[in-house]
Amino acid sequence: MGKLIVSLSPHAHGTDTVERNMYGVIIALMPALLVSFYFFGLGSVIVTATSVAACVFFEWAISKYILKQARNTVLDGSAVLTGLLLAFNLPSNLPIWIIIIGALFAIGVAKMTFGGLGNNLFNPALVGRAALLVAFPAQMTTWPKVGQLGSYLDAETGATPLSIMKEAIKSGDASVLDQLPSSLDLFLGNHPDGAGAMGEICAIALLIGLAYMLWKKIITWHIPVSIIATVFIFAGLLHLANPAYADPFSVILSGGLMLGAIFMATDYVTSPMTAKGQLIYGVAIGFLTVVIRNWGAYPEGMSFAILIMNAFTPLINNYVKPKRFGEVPAKS
Amino acid sequence: MNIRTFSIGGIHPEENKLTHEAVTQVAALPKQAIFPLSQHIGAPAKPVVQKGDKVKVGTMIAEAGGFVSAPIFSSVSGTVFKIDTAIDATGYRKPVIIINVEGDEWEETIDRSDKLETVEAHPELTPEEIVTRIKNAGVVGMGGACFPTFIKLTPPPTAKAECVIINAVECEPYITADFRLMMEHADEILVGLELLMKGAKVTTGYIGIETNKMPAIELLTQKCAEKFAGSPYTVEVVPLKQRYPQGGEKQLVDAVIHRQVPAPPAIPVNVGAIVQNVGTAFAVYEAVMKHKPLFERYTTVTGKRLKNPGNFLVRMGTPMQDLIEACGGMPEGDNKLLAGGPMMGKALTSTEVPICKGTNSVTIISDDEARRKEPQPCIRCAKCVGACPMGLEPYLLAKLSEVKNWERAEHEDIVSCIECGSCQFTCPAHRPLLDNIRQGKATVMGIIRSRAAKK
Amino acid sequence: MDFILIAVIVLGAIGLIAAIVLFAASKKFAVYEDPRIAQVSELLPGANCGGCGFPGCSGMADALVKGADAGSLDGLLCPVGGAETMGKVADLLGMAIANTEPMVAVVRCNGTCEHRPRIAEYAGLRTCAAMHACGAGETACGFGCLGCGDCEAACQFDAIKVNPETGIPEVDDDKCTSCGACVKACPRNIIELRKKGPKSRRVFVSCVNKDKGPVAMKACAVSCIGCGKCEKECKFGAITIENNLAYIDHQKCRLCRKCVSVCPKHAIVDVNFPVLDRKEAQA
Repeated sequence: MGKLIVSLSPHAHGTDTVERNMYGVIIALMPALLVSFYFFGLGSVIVTATSVAACVFFEWAISKYILKQARNTVLDGSAVLTGLLLAFNLPSNLPIWIIIIGALFAIGVAKMTFGGLGNNLFNPALVGRAALLVAFPAQMTTWPKVGQLGSYLDAETGATPLSIMKEAIKSGDASVLDQLPSSLDLFLGNHPDGAGAMGEICAIALLIGLAYMLWKKIITWHIPVSIIATVFIFAGLLHLANPAYADPFSVILSGGLMLGAIFMATDYVTSPMTAKGQLIYGVAIGFLTVVIRNWGAYPEGMSFAILIMNAFTPLINNYVKPKRFGEVPAKS
Repeated sequence: MNIRTFSIGGIHPEENKLTHEAVTQVAALPKQAIFPLSQHIGAPAKPVVQKGDKVKVGTMIAEAGGFVSAPIFSSVSGTVFKIDTAIDATGYRKPVIIINVEGDEWEETIDRSDKLETVEAHPELTPEEIVTRIKNAGVVGMGGACFPTFIKLTPPPTAKAECVIINAVECEPYITADFRLMMEHADEILVGLELLMKGAKVTTGYIGIETNKMPAIELLTQKCAEKFAGSPYTVEVVPLKQRYPQGGEKQLVDAVIHRQVPAPPAIPVNVGAIVQNVGTAFAVYEAVMKHKPLFERYTTVTGKRLKNPGNFLVRMGTPMQDLIEACGGMPEGDNKLLAGGPMMGKALTSTEVPICKGTNSVTIISDDEARRKEPQPCIRCAKCVGACPMGLEPYLLAKLSEVKNWERAEHEDIVSCIECGSCQFTCPAHRPLLDNIRQGKATVMGIIRSRAAKK
Repeated sequence: MDFILIAVIVLGAIGLIAAIVLFAASKKFAVYEDPRIAQVSELLPGANCGGCGFPGCSGMADALVKGADAGSLDGLLCPVGGAETMGKVADLLGMAIANTEPMVAVVRCNGTCEHRPRIAEYAGLRTCAAMHACGAGETACGFGCLGCGDCEAACQFDAIKVNPETGIPEVDDDKCTSCGACVKACPRNIIELRKKGPKSRRVFVSCVNKDKGPVAMKACAVSCIGCGKCEKECKFGAITIENNLAYIDHQKCRLCRKCVSVCPKHAIVDVNFPVLDRKEAQA
């Protein structure tokens, strides 16, 4: 007879693993990735490949040579995910050396210095993007137009929907907003003259990813819905008060809002641990995004809003507790 | 059909009800029966026999050791071999009475006929008489917790019982003993329920059954309607959504009567419910109506690699090895032998451990499932928070227990944990959450007790 | 040039005012602390280990001064500093202290991998507390050392380490300060603080198994079976047998080692002695 194995209960385990969740998110990003190749061509392929390769390399090297971990953490798939998300925030004509610096910030500074997966305070991809925005403002705020499949560094740049909205607010002139693509076009990603970051162009691809993640129970609905709803309501109120502010449909379908609400804010490590906390987090992000977009210096407010709320996550975790069983007084 | 469920958390493990259709077999008598003196919550029983004494089936061999305690009866006839120590389900050597089995002679007072006795036919059964017979027969909770039943039927003056809820949920994977009991002895169970209601002086009863046991739901609904129509009792069969841990008494009370039992030291009777396992209801029938003390029970012996898993009516004291042999022997290679199901069962280091009052199943887990995967760092996915049926935060409680921050752990309600294992089951990083929380809970409860003692 | 002069004067004035305010505050809001507390603190090792039972060295200093005022320093001992430190403190406070014997942590189990066969494999959280809660462990002895190192983790002086070959912790006599952390950490009360003995020599029963003899023997080759030979042999009445287990009272033991030769299971261990000729014991 073989040995008897003992341990304390439970003696069964579900099928969920860290790898399944990470690769699940990567699969959810595939529609958006294919769409970005379709719209931005060669540039998008180069930027994505560089970003992923650099993130994986830095995580592998730091885990092996600096932290000297027994099991190299690059195997759990989170470095690939960070690489993809970072790439989606970047313009498709960004030079390779800048992307590598971004990856170093994202993985090295924002993730590994805190102790690796599970310990970081801020979303690594967003930290990478924020660092690049501050260090290379010119390259990071000129966005190539769609449709230039064969070009990379030489792509022609144009105005993004967000920059059009900013223009309208600055000038107080609602007619500037006529330049915006229709909401349906924004939804389907169908704007021949449009420009933007690689992951921002097509809302429907991102929503397909959201549906996949909800189906596979990788994330719950609380964060994406609370962010999008808050932005919609707040932007809607502003639009009603003053038509120079864009209509809420355009607002939620443009810029990094969909990408941020679905993939960046829902990052496990940096978001709150309770449903109530996640709703508070989402509402605050939505509010901050609209404020920064309308009255801040940058046209895009999503990444800063998320980073600010990342800092509040430990506070939310401390004070917002789930409803305990038995708290409800007995109903007769 | 109105399917109810509990309010917070829960998981859905693989069912693996391999023995669902297996009709109960009567297990063979062992050569030697081992009776641990501690088969219940409370003080261990005290032996009343000594080496060389002759006993029959149903003879008392140990008396209750205190108020919260229960007597133990021999399930075999033969000679007392010795009073010694042996490994029991706790994993440690504990005092036991060992009896060499000779023949199968029963005490004359036990009614062995199949006649269904009813409460109407026995007007001498007052509530006090019922409770006394249950106490003297050594009936304890058969769902695994083994709390003496007679104490549950007499709640403290601060709590008023309003109903009896029969726990026929059997939410753990693999176990089918309660299901087979319901299919084969439905009438006796309902009489047992009536006795429990009369003993507790209530007129409302519920039977909670998960929807994966539709035949039992249909059978009991039909029989309840026939039996309790026109009686002073209202009994409802409540179909429950298949979800673990629906069988936990707090979750059951929540699902059936929509009341949530507050944090310990509150118990279900504080919200008016007395919860009893369906096996206990059957044992109550046998104890009160057939004068048969508790010495045998329905047990499932199962496992994916077991040749012939089955359900058995087994005499307590039978070593598990005998039942495993009857099912085709222990599978090759390394295995985990569990007393109970895979979620809350106890892993054993010996196959000689005997079947006791609370052993509802012998589960054998083999191969990869028997070992745990290497834990990874917490990725803060919050899936454990979503799974916890008590609304706690397992990742936090495990961390606090690890760093020994007892004050904060108490503040975060660690004593409310029911140790169901849903958190560890769900954790994608395979972290040993419950191992740590259990440690913390035991320490914090000790701190609370010593604080109360000082006052 | 003017504004440099103005800057210097302004900053100088701010600095002066701040200094005066701070000085006044430190005088007005000063909390009186007995100056002896600070002096005693200086003499203490400053490890803040808690071995004395007080919160850190300052807590101990406070207790010592209070004790001196109450008239006695009994029961107060800094295990890290030992008798030397206590002597200096007593001199400072003008008190006399009772002479305390140096103690050391002793692991009373010799159930190494060689002596105690494994009958099961433990696949859970590798701490002694968790394994103890799970059951007897991986061997048939429900009292013996589990080898997961809760004692090693509790020790702040690096004095106790689990030997990976034997699976049993070993105490470094020189580093051990007898603070008692490992004693508290062991869920099976295997570790005991015993007298260190002259030249660090001591004799103890290296077993805490309370099972009956035949059961204990099956579980471990060097377990105590409670046969009583050692109790009969000891001329100083230091050995008692209770619950099938022998125990040597370290206050009464005279280190004669007759019990060591007589034990049929070699369960009694003598440390730091010159090697005896064991021919009679092995016969």
